[in-house]
Amino acid sequence: MATEPNKNVPAGKGAPQIDFVPFIAGWLVPGAGHFLLRKWGRGALIAASIVGMFGCGLAMQGKVYTGVQDVLDILNMAGDMGNGILYLAARLFGWGGDQVQVTIADYGTRFIGVAGLLNIIAAVDAHRLRNGRKPL
Amino acid sequence: MHPSHFTAVLLFALFASTVFGITQRETPQKMLRYGIFCFVAFTGSAIVLSWLMYLIAR
Repeated sequence: MATEPNKNVPAGKGAPQIDFVPFIAGWLVPGAGHFLLRKWGRGALIAASIVGMFGCGLAMQGKVYTGVQDVLDILNMAGDMGNGILYLAARLFGWGGDQVQVTIADYGTRFIGVAGLLNIIAAVDAHRLRNGRKPL
Repeated sequence: MHPSHFTAVLLFALFASTVFGITQRETPQKMLRYGIFCFVAFTGSAIVLSWLMYLIAR
């Protein structure tokens, strides 16, 4: 029984086009990925949650990581960078405490890091909505 | 801003459960239910663990 030879498909053709714009927009500006998809309510709630959490972290004198001193700092730095433009603004304007001296400042540092991680989750959700993996 | 530890727990649970609810479920009703579930789970586990640590430390 003869089998047909595989047809050569040019690279790049036939592959599904993946749109990363909502993901990148959602990472840079909290909620922007959902706004681009016209999910106004979800985007507003996500933006309010992430900006609110980041703001609470700053108000508690939480530390914004500017460099890596040891291995665990890499995780904190990655969490902070998830905040996108908020992290850049914090670095630019020198927001946040330099040294964690009281317990509540440690909580603030965690708030800032977790806000970044939640922002990444929201950006991935916008990406899934855009590519049809989650129903609009 | 110097919230009490429990207020910090409530703030954390509120923000995190809002994002979890929106991103992990598909319909608004399920989002709301899952968000409330996450809020109760965050807050409840903090209270239970706090009591456990208090009893262990005594």
